[in-house]
Amino acid sequence: MSQILKIDDINVFYGSIHAIKGISLEVNEGEIVTLIGANGAGKTTTLHTVSGLLRPRSGSIQFCGEDITRIPAHKLVERGLAHCPEGRRIFLQMTVQENLDMGAYIRRDDFSASLDEVYELFPRLKERRKQVAGTLSGGEQQMLAMGRALMSKPKLLMLDEPSMGLAPILVEQIFDIIKNLHAVGTTILLVEQNAQAALSIADRAYVLETGKITLSGTGAELAKSDEVRKAYLGG
Amino acid sequence: MISFLDHLISGINLGSVYALIALGYSMVYGIAKMLNFAHGDVIMIGAYISFCTGHYLGLPAVVSVLLSVAVCTILGIVIEGLAYKPLRQAGSLAVLITAIGVSYFLQNAAQLIFGPNPVQFPSIVKMGNISLLDGKLLIKSISIVTILCGITIMLVLTWFTGKTRTGRAMRAVSEDKGAAQLMGINVNRTISITFAIGSALAAIAGVLLCSSYPTLMPTTGSMPGIKAFTAAVFGGIGSIPGAMLGGVLLGLIEIFGKAYISSELGDAIVFAVLIVVLLFKPTGLLGKQIREKV
Repeated sequence: MSQILKIDDINVFYGSIHAIKGISLEVNEGEIVTLIGANGAGKTTTLHTVSGLLRPRSGSIQFCGEDITRIPAHKLVERGLAHCPEGRRIFLQMTVQENLDMGAYIRRDDFSASLDEVYELFPRLKERRKQVAGTLSGGEQQMLAMGRALMSKPKLLMLDEPSMGLAPILVEQIFDIIKNLHAVGTTILLVEQNAQAALSIADRAYVLETGKITLSGTGAELAKSDEVRKAYLGG
Repeated sequence: MISFLDHLISGINLGSVYALIALGYSMVYGIAKMLNFAHGDVIMIGAYISFCTGHYLGLPAVVSVLLSVAVCTILGIVIEGLAYKPLRQAGSLAVLITAIGVSYFLQNAAQLIFGPNPVQFPSIVKMGNISLLDGKLLIKSISIVTILCGITIMLVLTWFTGKTRTGRAMRAVSEDKGAAQLMGINVNRTISITFAIGSALAAIAGVLLCSSYPTLMPTTGSMPGIKAFTAAVFGGIGSIPGAMLGGVLLGLIEIFGKAYISSELGDAIVFAVLIVVLLFKPTGLLGKQIREKV
């Protein structure tokens, strides 16, 4: 099993605030790895640092064996890194179809096969492909954000709180889709506040507390761990 | 009736020039989220380049206009790279003050190079006037060229932003820079391209403006610049059809206001209309308000 992502002892600052304090983690090919933790623990910051939107002050990030610590965000997409950001960040004034086209921005080949795959995964999006994205419901917008990220045919899909703000039935749907993506071999780094759901589908998990990793193990191990149960799973 | 038609044509003519300038303002605002107050002075530089290459070097009008477009395109990229790019993370006030600084810099540089005295700008269209209705209505050929330029450029820009890869990248950046980066879009390059396009349009606007209103001096660009900014806000800043509509309406209001209400108060009327529109529709005529779903 080859290593897709290796974060080695990164430190990230917002001005003088030390947000990430020496985090190391790795994601292997075909795995779902989840990063759980409370609000403000540094989960989103970690993903932003991996995708190049933020720069670590020290430490290194390797992607498929290449050091990407200093590579700008827009050059990482073509290397196979897709980041589906927190709050979805879809282009609200563009249509569903245009949003998916933007997801394939770096691709010079014919991406119609990927488009078909995304529409197969999210039939709702196909029905609404001519609709302006701002008019979609929250769940549909999340599907669009995930579909858009998949359009670049990523080697690693990073999902930041895909269940945020969604009704329970939709949360279940989104997690089913993540499981399906995993089943067809997509490597996923999942950031979640919904620890229970995340641990139930993850191969491995890391627990993040105020910028540090405090626990790590398989999803099943952490789901049973007393500390995690107390902190995140309601005892 | 005849004088009404006459004013109508002058109004659309002036409005088309405002529209071209407003397009530059609006595109730059949409993408870089900054008001480039030096934009008006790029117009003046464009007019001077065309004047010098046409008048002193005797180059044909088309060549002098193309040269002016080329110089302004490069100027736009250089201004953005030297003055605004280092301030990408700075507050909007710092960028605004810098833009005003660049504006004065360009005016003073022009004064140094071309001298402070006004020059008489020869129209780039040498054809005579077109007479209609038994010679009662004279249409200047420059008016027709100006209006056609305006329409063509608007159509090309609409196609460009809607259908091309770079155009779509520009729309993506204008909506969400971070998300655009995550799509693999080079945001800095996209901003440079926007400045290049805006400045190229400013060069064309400068040549057309001075062909209709032939006094050219280092401060020529500032008033049309401010009015075009008004036009962009009027139409809905960030919107391409909005800039075009705002520009044409502003030109019409100015000319009709001067003709029928008061020639002294023409400019005051223009700005009064802006205030009224903004009171009732703060996003401008075609500006959209985006609500985000949570």
